[in-house]
Amino acid sequence: METQSTYNYKVVRQFAVMTVVWGIVGMLMGVVIAAQLVWPDLNLGPWFHFGRLRPLHTNAVIFAFGGCGLFATSYYVVQRTCNVRLISDKLAAFTFWGWQAVIVAAAITLPLGYTQSKEYAELEWPIDILIALVWVAYAYVFFGTIAKRKIKHIYVANWFYGAFILTVALLHIVNNLAVPAGFMKSYSIYAGAVDAMVQWWYGHNAVGFFLTAAFLGMMYYFVPKQAGRPVYSYRLSVVHFWALIFTYMWAGPHHLHYTALPDWTQSLGMVFSLILLAPSWGGMINGIMTLSGAWHKLRTDPILKFLVVSLSFYGMSTFEGPMMAIKTVNALSHYTDWTIGHVHSGALGWVGFITMGSLYYLIPRLWGREEMYSVKLIEAHFWLATIGVVLYIAALWISGVMQGLMWRALNPDGTLTYAFAEVVKATYPYHFVRFLGGAFYLTGMFLMAYNTYRTVFVGRAVDAKIPAVSAHAH
Amino acid sequence: MSDFVSDFWSVYISVIVIAGVVGLGYLLFSQGKAVAPKQGGEKVDITGHVWDGDLVEYNNPLPRWWMWMFYITLAFGAGYLALYPGLGKFQGLFGWSSVGQYTKERNDAEAKFQPLYDQFLKQDVKAVAADPKAQEMGKRLFQTYCVQCHGADARGAKGFPNLTDNDWLYGGDPATIKTTIEAGRHGQMPPFGAAFGEEKVKDVAHYVMSLSGKKHDADRAQRGTETFKAVCAACHGPDGKGNQGVGAPNLTDNVWLYGGTEKTIIETVTNGRNNQMPAWKDFLGDGKVHLLTAYVWGLSNNPKAQ
Repeated sequence: METQSTYNYKVVRQFAVMTVVWGIVGMLMGVVIAAQLVWPDLNLGPWFHFGRLRPLHTNAVIFAFGGCGLFATSYYVVQRTCNVRLISDKLAAFTFWGWQAVIVAAAITLPLGYTQSKEYAELEWPIDILIALVWVAYAYVFFGTIAKRKIKHIYVANWFYGAFILTVALLHIVNNLAVPAGFMKSYSIYAGAVDAMVQWWYGHNAVGFFLTAAFLGMMYYFVPKQAGRPVYSYRLSVVHFWALIFTYMWAGPHHLHYTALPDWTQSLGMVFSLILLAPSWGGMINGIMTLSGAWHKLRTDPILKFLVVSLSFYGMSTFEGPMMAIKTVNALSHYTDWTIGHVHSGALGWVGFITMGSLYYLIPRLWGREEMYSVKLIEAHFWLATIGVVLYIAALWISGVMQGLMWRALNPDGTLTYAFAEVVKATYPYHFVRFLGGAFYLTGMFLMAYNTYRTVFVGRAVDAKIPAVSAHAH
Repeated sequence: MSDFVSDFWSVYISVIVIAGVVGLGYLLFSQGKAVAPKQGGEKVDITGHVWDGDLVEYNNPLPRWWMWMFYITLAFGAGYLALYPGLGKFQGLFGWSSVGQYTKERNDAEAKFQPLYDQFLKQDVKAVAADPKAQEMGKRLFQTYCVQCHGADARGAKGFPNLTDNDWLYGGDPATIKTTIEAGRHGQMPPFGAAFGEEKVKDVAHYVMSLSGKKHDADRAQRGTETFKAVCAACHGPDGKGNQGVGAPNLTDNVWLYGGTEKTIIETVTNGRNNQMPAWKDFLGDGKVHLLTAYVWGLSNNPKAQ
């Protein structure tokens, strides 16, 4: 039983490296489509047109970059907090290769124009089936490992990872139910407003469980570890965990305010989106208060900077979200750049930063090093990424509010003050700044790739030994 | 009309929502009772669990401000669902509906703005076109409703007529323009590719090119003459000057809806064309149509020059 005496770090290493690789690919796609909005001539042919590269960007950053980061950290965290090796190395390897196959299939089929036309669920049915298989294997590996844990209590990070795995399975399967009409073509089994509602039930919970709950799992391990501080409040984590996973399920209709969705559904979406504020902030409070007492480390530790800034952006975007779900606010913000700015303050600020911080903690440990090859490069990455996010979201706040105000402006005779094209024209400078912000963020990611390469190059892959269960942990 | 096929779903939703809000409140209440130790300093309340060597947890009480914020959102939610639709079929105490709000806002806007437009109905189109204020309003209407096809400068695009050149498919007198806007137009040219065959199509195309003095192959144009007179003349007239009665374009003036190159003309003859302008009468009403008519007429009939 030689292999049983170590943790399975191999699959963690694989996913960690691919997180960085797909991060570059996905963010590069983002910069490309941002450039296409500023310089429309960059829309080359049908394959590299905005309409096809945009889903490639979202899928690559959410499911390839974010997904690999979650696989890597959840496999690492579940083993170390349960004091056991993953229940199945083979299935873990299957999740790695299966997930990479999904990503490659997405990168080929999306530019070719194969799509279900559902946002964040564009992939056609054969790929959806592969995703479902990988996900079932993931659930087996994760929960199987929990089941054979040596520590009685399940650590809070695993609650969040677990909720994420279960819910994403449910969301993915229900939203992608479709009747195939050929090898790469299918029709949703839902119609009309029901289809829209199922799609945004999925879409918002993709945000809620993939991009929030799962990354809170990441936060709950790497923040106390890097800060060297106890988690602030177990009680708070209990309350905000259950409140969060219950309430998120209801928030989807705020994507469909003032549409054919019935009034009662819209109201419930708005009400529960507002109620979601406190449960969301529970995670931020627990993270920030865990850092309290370690503030001095922020001066010297760029990893901690990544983590604390990610929590700040998390708090900001989970405040902004409920506000935008209020119908009166939504009447101004909906369909504008504000929405895209909001998503990116969560995606770049929260998901990106927490992943980068966690990987900078993780990677040296997977390759037997004390720290990354260059801490200075982490520092540089931090500042590039921070400038990038701030440029990005500030630009889209301004252009978003401007669009909303220009669209609704009326002349004294009741006609629209601005033609649509005039509004498009007015957004040009802001779209340029947004492109610039994205370019900063991407540049930081290149530093990370170089730093990772050097760390891996000088390091040696190690699988840590599983320690004997300590006397406290009964 | 109810959104529900049966009362069961209305009750089902209401029960889950109320139980959800009450449940959240209970969760908060049950966990919110613990308070911070009186004196400050190190928090002593540790859960006693240890993971991965050094991961431990304090068990601090819920921050008070956070707890009250949570309660306030729950109270707001309960209040909102009492006043607005949300609990299944229950319409809310305000009796609000999105359709009701839309109807009211629309009616208010009509009442406020309609007289501004209707005041011009008393004048004829040419007089309205000479009124700078009316032209300004007409331009705004154009920039809202017409710009998508005819362009911000009204010069059109491929398949969408230029409205500034005094060349008209259906006629440019005020009454005809008004009819066009009110009822829309459906321009149709049948495809002749199959009937003519490739060679004949090309011959006709060259004849059409000769009509507006474009460079063309004289032999082909000669051969195409006969086909044109026999078939095309039915709509475009024997001299090719078109027929506004059926919206058949004048082919002699070098103004092209789809383009005047050999390739495009062959494409037009082979596949035909199908062109639609929507009807606006019901959507815009008489007052706005009248102003738009004057604006469009004025584009190629500068009233100041008269």
